This record gives sequence, C-alpha cells and structure tokens, in this order.
Amino acid sequence: MRHGKYPFIIGFLAVPVVLYATFVVAAYIQTFQLAFTSWSGLGPIKYIGFDNFERLWNDDLFWRSIGHNLYLLILLPIITIAIALVFAFLLNAGGGMHKGVRGSKFYRVIFFFPQLMALAIVAVIFGRVFSTDESGMLNGLFPESWSPWLFLADERWALTCILAVMVWQAVGFYVVLFSAGMGSIEQEVYEAAALDGANRITLFFKITIPLLWSTLQVAWVYLGIAAFDAFALVNIMSVDRGGPDGATSVLSMMIYRNAFEYSQAGYASALGVALFFLTLTFAALTLRVTRREAH
Amino acid sequence: MSDITGSELDRRTLLRRAAAVGIAATPAVGMLSACVGGGADEDTPEQATGEKSADNPLGIDPKTGIEIVIFDGGLGTKYATDVDTPLYNKKWPDSKVTYSATQEVSTVVQPRINAGDAPDMINNSGSKLMDFGAVVNAGQAQDLTELFAAPSFDIAGKTVAETLVPGAIEQGTYNGKPYAVNYAYTVFGLWYNKALFTKNNWTVPETWADFTALLAKIKAAGITPYGYAGANASYYQVRAILTSAGKIGGEQVLKDIDNLKAGAWKNDAIVKAAAAWAEVGKTYLDKSFLGLKHTEIQLRQNQDKLAFYPCGSWLENEQAKDTPPGFEYAVAPFPSVTTADTLPAAALNAAAGEIYFVAAKGKNPRGGMEYLRTMLSKEAALGFTKLTKSLTVVAGAADGVTISPGLTSANEAVGKAGKDIFMGYLFDTWYKKLDDESRAAANDLMFSDYDAQKFADRMEAAAQAVASDSSVTKFTRS
Repeated sequence: MRHGKYPFIIGFLAVPVVLYATFVVAAYIQTFQLAFTSWSGLGPIKYIGFDNFERLWNDDLFWRSIGHNLYLLILLPIITIAIALVFAFLLNAGGGMHKGVRGSKFYRVIFFFPQLMALAIVAVIFGRVFSTDESGMLNGLFPESWSPWLFLADERWALTCILAVMVWQAVGFYVVLFSAGMGSIEQEVYEAAALDGANRITLFFKITIPLLWSTLQVAWVYLGIAAFDAFALVNIMSVDRGGPDGATSVLSMMIYRNAFEYSQAGYASALGVALFFLTLTFAALTLRVTRREAH
Repeated sequence: MSDITGSELDRRTLLRRAAAVGIAATPAVGMLSACVGGGADEDTPEQATGEKSADNPLGIDPKTGIEIVIFDGGLGTKYATDVDTPLYNKKWPDSKVTYSATQEVSTVVQPRINAGDAPDMINNSGSKLMDFGAVVNAGQAQDLTELFAAPSFDIAGKTVAETLVPGAIEQGTYNGKPYAVNYAYTVFGLWYNKALFTKNNWTVPETWADFTALLAKIKAAGITPYGYAGANASYYQVRAILTSAGKIGGEQVLKDIDNLKAGAWKNDAIVKAAAAWAEVGKTYLDKSFLGLKHTEIQLRQNQDKLAFYPCGSWLENEQAKDTPPGFEYAVAPFPSVTTADTLPAAALNAAAGEIYFVAAKGKNPRGGMEYLRTMLSKEAALGFTKLTKSLTVVAGAADGVTISPGLTSANEAVGKAGKDIFMGYLFDTWYKKLDDESRAAANDLMFSDYDAQKFADRMEAAAQAVASDSSVTKFTRS
C-alpha cells in the first residue's frame, strides 16, 4: 500500500484545496490588489497607492464600526461561553455525579434548534420580536399603559439587541460542543474528586473547566470571528441597515455598502483588508493568550 | 425608485450564511469576490445588426434574440411578459426574447456586465439597483440618441422623443447624452384615503396652518395623523422635506443640491422646510414608526390607523392586495409652507423613474433598443398603466381611461399643477452615499432632535465631503 499513499492523500485533498484556493485565497489576493485602486466596481482600474487607507483612517464611521465590532468581540464570546458552559454542565453533570438534570436529553435537542435555522430567518423572526409597535412580541407582552420600547430603533440599545440574537443563536452549538468535550472527561476523575469531598461547583471549576480548556479556546476563536461578521443580522434587522444613524454599523456592513451601493469597490477592499488583519490578529492573540502548559 | 420591496430574505444573505459555515475564518471579505471577477474585461462580443429600413429604423437583426432582465418589485413583471414581449414578438417573431426577473439587480447583473456577458435590456431599479452613473462612466450603457430619434412604434408621424412628457429624456441624460429610458411617471405627494376623509369631513389642506390644524383634528380622532417608515423608507421623508424646500425657494434650490454647490443645503428654504417638518415630527409622528418598515406603515394606513403618508404613485399598486374594499387612494400635493412660497400650493413633484437601459457591450444592443421602442409605444404604455396603475412617460397614453381611484387622483393632480411640475432632485441616484446620509439625517430630524439647523449643517458637510472626493464621479444638471 505504500505506493498508493500519496495519490490517496492527494485525491482527498485536491478538491478542497482547489475550492479554497479559488474562492478564498484568490479572492483575498484580488481584494488586496483592489485595495490600492479607486475601482468603482465597473470599468477600468486605476491604482492610487495608499489613498484608500488614508481615507479609512479619517473615516468616523469606520472607527465607530470597529468600536461596534469590538463590543461584540468582547461580549459575544463571554456571554455565549458562560451560558453554554452552565447549560452543558447541567446537562452532563448537573444531576449528580455523572448524569445530567432531569430531562437533559430533551433539553439537549431543544438547545440545538436555533442553530438549525438559517440566520436570515432568525433575523426576520427577531425583527418581529423587537418590533417597536404593539405587534412586536416583547412590546405586545408589556402592559398597554407602557409606551412602546424602541429596541432596534433606540440608538443606545440597538447593538445590544443584535448581540442578544447572536448569543441566542450561538449558545446551542456550544452547548453541544462542550457536552462532547465533557463527555470525554474520564468519569474516574470526577469520582476521585467527589470522594475527596468536592461539591458540584468545585467539580465545575477545578475539573471540568481545566480539562475543557482546548475546546473553550476553539469556541473563543469561532465566536470572535462571528463577532467580526454580524452582517446578516445587521443588514436585515437594524433600522436603515446599520442605523439608527450608524448605531449598529459594523465593518462587514460598511464593506457591503461601499462595494455594492456606493460603487467604491476599491475603498471596500481596503476595508476588507483592515478586517482581514483584525481577524487574523484576534485569532493569533487569542490562541497565544489562552495557551496553557500541557497537562 | 418605485420600491424597496423589502426582500429581506435575499439569496445573497442565504449564500453568505452557507459560506460562513464553510469558511468560518473569512467573514465578509469573501463576498467581494462576486464583484471582482473579470473586472478589467473590455471585450465586446460580436453584435448583431441588420438592414435599416422604414420598418426597421434601428437596424436590428430580425433573427437574433434578445435577453431582458426585469426588476421584480412594486410594479410586478406582468407588463413585460404579457404586454411588451408579445408586442415585440408580433413584429419580430423570429427574435426570441429571453426573459428573467430579479429583485437584486446589482447582484445579478453587475457581475455579468463585468464578465462581458451582459443582458441586452436591463431594468435597473429597486433598492439594489446598480449605480447607473458608474455604469455610464464605464461605457457599459448604450447611447440612446438613435432610439429617441427613431419614429414612434405606433404613433404615426412622430419620433419617439416627440411622444414623451417634457423632461423624460433629460432625466436619463448624462453629460449631454441620453443613456436611459425613465419609463414610469411617478407623482409624489401626501397619500390618504379619500373615503375616510369624506366620512370625517376633512378637507385636503393647501397651507401649512391648515395642514397642522387638520393633523391636530385627526390626532384628536384617535388616528395617527402622519407617518413614514423610519426603518427602511426614510427617503420618502427626505422627499417631503426637499419638495417643501423646492416649493418655498423654487426648483433652483434643488438644482444647487444636485450640483453640490457650496451652501446649497444651508439655503434658507431648506432650513424652513426642515423646521416645518420637524414640528410635524415632534407633535404628530408615532415614535415607534422609526423601527417599522414601509409595508407595516402602509398596512396601517389601509386599516385607517394612519391618515397621511408621503409616497409616490406606485403605492396603490404595491398595496393592491391589502387594500380593503371602500378604501380610495388619493394624493394631495405637499402644502405650501409659507405664504410667500415661490411655487403655488398645487405645484407637484412628478418625475420619470424606473431606469431601463441597453447594455452597450451586450450581444444585441440594437435589439435591446427596439425592445425599448416597443415599450414606448402607446399600446404598451397603456398596457403598463393598466397592469401597474402607474402612469408612463408616454404623454397622454392613459387619458380618458378610468383605471383606479389613486391613478385618477394622480392624473388630476398633474392637470391641476399645470406648468408647476418639477422633477425634484437626482442627488440620491447620483451620489448614493449622500442619499444614505440624507435618510439618517431625516430620521434624526423627525424622530429625535427636531433640529432643522443641524439637519442642514449635517447635510451640507456630507455634500461637501462628496464634492471634494475625487473618487466619486460628478454629474451636473441645469
């Protein structure tokens, strides 16, 4: 079989590598190239050096959008992981030494539901939940004497509403991911700790978390990258797409608008390059900061 | 401009979702590739031509097919499939018409233009229309001079140009040459339910004092007097403010805005109009409307929960299936703001809209132009009006035909306005970024800070930023 090894491996890798090279690597290279042009999206391409990046630096909305991305970047992983960990722990070890709380099998399925829905559908549904008149789910629940809450139409809370939806959608997946991680922790470890008198909370912090560390790390990176995106939700849910008045603008929304609406594909590419480096920096930093000595 | 169709669940979003799962590490940036592909392609395919004759003034090849793309929005697509194409094929049975419809013109058509595979005739419309100025600048739009000089399809003895309403060609003219047919003739104003107004004995106001007095009366009757959708249709309010400004100071105010003239937005007329509207916003607007979409607001009006709604004449057709029996759409011009307005109260903002253009580098541009000539026939225009309840730029094509209350009302308003019809402004299609800024500023003015001076200052700054941005192609009008 030795002779067949390389063709075998190449056979497996060729298709994904070609796809990746075409749709990711090539697209990125073109984006980098276009970032140095004033291309409108149509017609001839003119190179303008670093002008786009200079404009970027002076663009208020760019900095506000980065601020919003950072807000999501910090809060989305923290909240999602915290909730998912608690749920996963309850499902796996909450009901005693090695079983979940009553009905945990049922919950396990329920938690995963949001993940099964297309993001666009989630956004439309939550658009209804947050609707500003009495037809909105939340405003409908409030007593009639209250004046309607504005949610997405309120500059102070709009981004938090988006964050809430992102958390709601993400939690299920991470519950499953962490459950799988917890399932692979040897029962003997728990039993030994329990014999030593550890209660559930101690078990959680001293056994589960440390043994789950690499899974948490991965979750953090994934969620961070999701926080850099947020495009679909902002595009569909927010007032005036990114509003009110820029209050929910994120980098991906800016890229889309510049590329497809303002005919400034060059500037949009420069934004794309900025986003690329931000994402890369974040991923590298996360992996570095959270690195621990091997157990 | 006829619509914002609210196609939230669009294909792009869904695809992006699929992509996000597959390549989680590349958010957002990857989508640019859709517009990048083959950008520098300058190849023009071989184009079909035929003998020019009296019967074939544009010299099309009768045996070559054409491909058309229609925007599927407020006007529907039936006028193309059931009126225009059969009419075209009656004359040219061997020229096969390949038809498709989309809600996302830029997403579907722009990559094809870049790849040198443009459809022949394109209806560039909707909230995702292509930046037409950029299309023209890239040399991708066919010069339509020949079309307008050709004899009309079915009005004997006139050229196509001579059959159109005044200003129709100018609106598709870029730097002196016509590149687009703006086909639908849209009347803008305050839309209301005539039946409701008759029942309550409310008369349509002509002065601002009467307007606010009526708003107060309506409010007392438990109906929201005035409203628009802040979430996605704030440009209706931009039009209201600027129409008022145009009436106060004359059309020159709006021309200055379009020409990005320094100080244009700080004109006294703009500040006065904004202040008058801010007052309406402060007192008569439902705050929750900022978070609502145009369909929700329009439905409220159909339920008689909202009295006045600023919109264009596509409204009646857009709401056709939700309009209860007995509801009679009617339109009133925006009332005079001051007693010294330059234009009279009956003055109306009516404009040709809905861009149809022919791709210059398609396979059959002559066929595309012939299709447009067919659309500009009296027969096709009447068919369009019947199906869409929207007037066309073909002058008088719908005269004497009773189609619907809203259309009749619009036609009457046009008649009453006489020579005081002005087409409004073009900056929103020329400079999309300024358009977006105006939407946000209008929402701010009407829903949160009611500060007319701030509105003017903010728009002035945005306009001057566009003026000094060398990467944006400028247009002018006179």
